[in-house]
Amino acid sequence: MSAGHAASSTATPLLVVREKMPLIALAGQPNVGKSTLFNLLTGLNQHVGNWPGKTVERREGSFNFDDHQFGLVDLPGTYSLTANSPEEVIAREFILRERPDIVVAVVNAASLERSLYLVAELVTLPAPVIVALNMMDVAEHEGIHVESEVLEAALGIPVVPMSATRSTGAHELLGIICKTLDGDLPNAPRQPEIRADHLALLKETSRIIAGHVPDPYPCEWVALKLLEGDAEITHLMQGTLPEEKRQAVKNLLRQHDDALLAVASGRYEWIERMVRAAVARPKKGQVSWTNQIDTWATHPIGGLLILAGILGSVFWLTFTVGSPLQNWLDTRVVGGLSNWLGQLLAGYPFWLKGLIVDGVLGGAGAVITFLPIMVIFFAAFGLLEDTGYMARAAYVMDNLMHMMGLHGKSFLPLFLGFGCNVPAIMGTRVIDSKPARLLTILIAPLVPCTARMAVVAFLAPAFFGPKALLVSWSLVLLSMITLVISGVALNKIIFKGQRSAFIMEMPLYHLPNLRTIGLLVWQRSLSFVKKAGTNILAMAVAVWILSMLPHGDFGSSYLVQFGKWVAPVGRWMGLDWRLTVALITSFPAKENAIATMGVLFGSSPNGGLAQTLTATYSSASALSFLVVTMLFIPCMATVAAIRQETNSWGWTLLSIALFLAISIAAGSVVYHLALLLRL
Amino acid sequence: MRAMQIPLAELPVDQQATIVRFSNGLAETNRLVSLGFTPGAEIDMAQNYGRGPLIVTVRGARVALGRREANKIMVERRAEK
Repeated sequence: MSAGHAASSTATPLLVVREKMPLIALAGQPNVGKSTLFNLLTGLNQHVGNWPGKTVERREGSFNFDDHQFGLVDLPGTYSLTANSPEEVIAREFILRERPDIVVAVVNAASLERSLYLVAELVTLPAPVIVALNMMDVAEHEGIHVESEVLEAALGIPVVPMSATRSTGAHELLGIICKTLDGDLPNAPRQPEIRADHLALLKETSRIIAGHVPDPYPCEWVALKLLEGDAEITHLMQGTLPEEKRQAVKNLLRQHDDALLAVASGRYEWIERMVRAAVARPKKGQVSWTNQIDTWATHPIGGLLILAGILGSVFWLTFTVGSPLQNWLDTRVVGGLSNWLGQLLAGYPFWLKGLIVDGVLGGAGAVITFLPIMVIFFAAFGLLEDTGYMARAAYVMDNLMHMMGLHGKSFLPLFLGFGCNVPAIMGTRVIDSKPARLLTILIAPLVPCTARMAVVAFLAPAFFGPKALLVSWSLVLLSMITLVISGVALNKIIFKGQRSAFIMEMPLYHLPNLRTIGLLVWQRSLSFVKKAGTNILAMAVAVWILSMLPHGDFGSSYLVQFGKWVAPVGRWMGLDWRLTVALITSFPAKENAIATMGVLFGSSPNGGLAQTLTATYSSASALSFLVVTMLFIPCMATVAAIRQETNSWGWTLLSIALFLAISIAAGSVVYHLALLLRL
Repeated sequence: MRAMQIPLAELPVDQQATIVRFSNGLAETNRLVSLGFTPGAEIDMAQNYGRGPLIVTVRGARVALGRREANKIMVERRAEK
């Protein structure tokens, strides 16, 4: 798979707004507190977007220090700079092509050896490196003591001890950045070397490729990457080397298939020399905080119970705080606004009032009312991530997710789907392998969201009375079973049963930083509202126009005509044209289904609609409608998110076709089964 | 004392061993080395229930591995007396 993305990524130039201010790049491994430091330096002066052509989050911002303005770019968190995923390529291409004035390498003092691995790679690139020795407080807590001056002397580059979560050391870091920019501080890093037995191989490779390495890549660096088997660089050099040299390199590397380990061992030898004198570790046998919590949090049974408890609390919070707030927004704010606008526009043509009140406000309002639930889920997700618990949840869910060829990391985004499918799709960013991420995006809309449950909550009591709860639970169960079956099938058919490796760091637990979580919630919510304000709004207006043209009357509109046209398909599932139209209008927002029925039957949801419906339809039709609602094409906010996160119309259309097929099949089966059983 | 080689997945909890070699394939090995796994590195088994994923400590950091991945890493430990 790595050869697949290798071809596409070098071509796009990375663009950065650079207005004559020094450009600082933040680099670091995941879980070193890089985002916290970024937030600490920039505050709200930041912009979140995507790297060109990628679905990797790109954050940049600016800050002032000493009357100077600085630009700051947060590079994606990566363990190394070898092309394992788009993140590594983005990070190294940025440093090589955009030439930041300084690269601040954020390292975790509590796991210094591991986090210096990236530094060992960074010092070989042509940009001055400053080490931000972060999480000093966490290290002390674990009994690890790091002497920053000793480390600085060994490395030959500045080392600044700090704790971004406690806002200490940032001022000193900025001072060192200024001094380095002014040329007042030496920056002569000791370079790591390849393990001695492979030095000749490296020299030979460098000699062969010399003169054929394209800008801006340093020759020796390219040779190292070839030895490491880097897919991207191998592909690049295959294109530029003449035939006989290409063969020479190939033969050379074939004789040394352990070259990668020689390069990596060389870096770790360098790291050991750097930290030998600088780090004092706790005595063996001392049980750390993290160890103690993990005894329970990662226990095969205890861990699942703890996870269930945490997720249960998130649900509880959603229903006790989120739902009432959502209701209040819906009836008071959106309802009030639409009444007020209705009166205000009373004198204008009916279509203007309809367009604004039913189209614009109806569409955007429906999405905005979901904001409280989204905020709760975003905050819970951010908190679990920031404390380090998220990795434990993924760990205990790993066995269950294996059935679908996924691993534990896919579980949390799927869980978010119970609130709303949109954050679920956005949350798949935590999954590092591309096939696993795509598969998770494809099945995520099968998780029943609160909007779908709202439709169920209205119809189930009307048709099934005391059995409504049983029916609701069965519907949720059906969705989950469909999810597992689709996951297993899609993995077999599309991804050929390949399973991504489960290799995941278990970060040390630490106290959450409210600023980081707050900013995360703010950015995610803002991006959601923006989306509601643009494409979702446009779609809602389009659907409204289709429901009014050509005669300004819903009953004879194009939408209804379309509904009647596809009604034969609806009949397989026991749905007449009105239920089919209700289903189609559930696309802008799932709960629209009820409002449409209200229009079609001329009675409002709070007055008589339920009775009219029970008098019109059999229980079999109602059950089929509910099943189809659960499994139908997701709402357009979700479809927009799928398009955004897969960055492909192909996958988006495939997912629409998939849900159409699943829902029609399931609806037909359930309808006929219900008729047979005389429900 | 005699040295014996076993897959990492069979190392019991709280036992130490040294990595000997991998057969994980290039992409997987690349991810493993960037997390601290290299031949000669000391490994400490933090959690291993005999099935499902496991947790090890390597170069001072905790890493979770799937059983399949851990089966492809050969380690050497000192035989017990």
